[in-house]
Amino acid sequence: MLAKLMDKIQAVGRTGTSVIEAIGRGTLLLKNSLLWGGPGSAGFHDLLKQIYSVGVRSLIIIVVAGFFVGMVLGLQGYNILIDFGSEAALGTMVSLTLLRELGPVVTALLFAGRAGSALTAEIGLMKATEQLSAMEMMGVDPFKRVITPRLWAGIISMPILALLFSTVGIWGGAFVAVDMLGIDDGAYWGNMQASVEFYEDVVKGIIKSMAFGVVVTWIAVYQGYDSVPTSEGIGKATTQTVVISSLAVLGLDFVLTAVMLGGV
Amino acid sequence: MSVSQPYVSVRGMSFSRGDRLIYNNMDVDFPRGKVTAIMGPSGTGKTTLLRLIGGQLLPDSGSIMVDGHNVPDLSRKDLFDLRRKKMGMLFQTGALFTDLNVFDNVAFPLRVHTDLPESMIRDLVLMKLEAVGLRGARHLSPAELSGGMARRVALARSIAMDPEIIMYDEPFTGLDPISMGMIVKLIRGLNEALGLTSLLVSHDVEESCAIADYLCLLSDGRVIGFGTPEELMNEGNDEVRQFLRGEPDGPVPFHYPADDYRADILAGVN
Repeated sequence: MLAKLMDKIQAVGRTGTSVIEAIGRGTLLLKNSLLWGGPGSAGFHDLLKQIYSVGVRSLIIIVVAGFFVGMVLGLQGYNILIDFGSEAALGTMVSLTLLRELGPVVTALLFAGRAGSALTAEIGLMKATEQLSAMEMMGVDPFKRVITPRLWAGIISMPILALLFSTVGIWGGAFVAVDMLGIDDGAYWGNMQASVEFYEDVVKGIIKSMAFGVVVTWIAVYQGYDSVPTSEGIGKATTQTVVISSLAVLGLDFVLTAVMLGGV
Repeated sequence: MSVSQPYVSVRGMSFSRGDRLIYNNMDVDFPRGKVTAIMGPSGTGKTTLLRLIGGQLLPDSGSIMVDGHNVPDLSRKDLFDLRRKKMGMLFQTGALFTDLNVFDNVAFPLRVHTDLPESMIRDLVLMKLEAVGLRGARHLSPAELSGGMARRVALARSIAMDPEIIMYDEPFTGLDPISMGMIVKLIRGLNEALGLTSLLVSHDVEESCAIADYLCLLSDGRVIGFGTPEELMNEGNDEVRQFLRGEPDGPVPFHYPADDYRADILAGVN
């Protein structure tokens, strides 16, 4: 009985230590990759290649998703606001929702699914096929060559993708509200222009998505680098990237919103 | 043991993985300018030894001197410098970068480590590829190569920076006889042409004996035999001879340790 209890306590302890160790390794990876020379350290060409791979290739999913989310917001918002006779405020509602919340958050979630999982799988496979070891044995630091450009590519791409998501979403909202439901064109755009503030809404949204960019890409490259180099290990790491980064984005979103609004 | 001026010298080295002791206070020297084949049963830690020499793993204690530098004591920067200037390693799978073609794979270390103009890099890469007979395959991607070709490209890449020592991790595994013959010829040829020190981890007794100047046999974390292939074949102890001749039973038993057979069988009846 006592032995069983001890086993359980030890198991909890082991899990705790391994989680703390993982956080430590991840933090060292982030420190080493970010501090070693910034975005261009592995050559500007490498950075552009990675921005293409994680950013440009995520464009379609971001643009299409943004348009649909904007359309749904337009439709739902119209049905709520019409009851109060304030459907003219629809443009304001759609744009603030997108710029402050949905743009950064949904982009980060889609990015984790599309680019984050791909990054983990790519780095995991490089590890499994000994490409990272080969690089080390050539005297080339894999942090600098492999991790740094991918990390910076994610950090740079995320805010741009989030802005595109919000922009297309506002168009989607306008398409439903103005073209389909017949809200006045001037009311939709005019109210939006009057109420959206550059610093309060746009810049704070960009700051959020930059934070999400760091977190999602960091989790993705760490999971790949730390994965067990077998097909099962890589599969597990890829799933973990999506699960952990989605939860981290949602949790961090609350913290950032609370700090930015200053209300909690 | 006729070893003069060792290129790699291991002294009192112990290494464990988890609770398992892989090497216990091991001493071994690998002679300069020679091909030494490191052999032994699976799971003895032959590849681990290469990784320890390359500094990818750190021993628990002891020293590993590579051309006068104690690898475990080097800083990260010095270790990378040592690898860049002196070491080459051929991995079992070739470990080619899958996003680069054959030419760019071989050019990779040159582009990263030197400021040579592109025209000179082109010449150097073509020379290395010619040495392994794959100059005509320079535009292919790694996915289009056979196992033997991938290993030859990887060999061209590992000699791109003109190393002093090359470590081959199971270079013959999974190759057809022709590809194996090519790799055997290349290892021996490169060693002589470039004056390299070669360490070769392998299970293939025949191929290893054909090209190695020395054999180093490992078992249970220690060196059980070191010498020329002839010396070991004729004079080695029972365990060495069992391994080299591929005998199924001997000092290394055929049976995994178990209770008495008769008692075990009868236990089921009762």
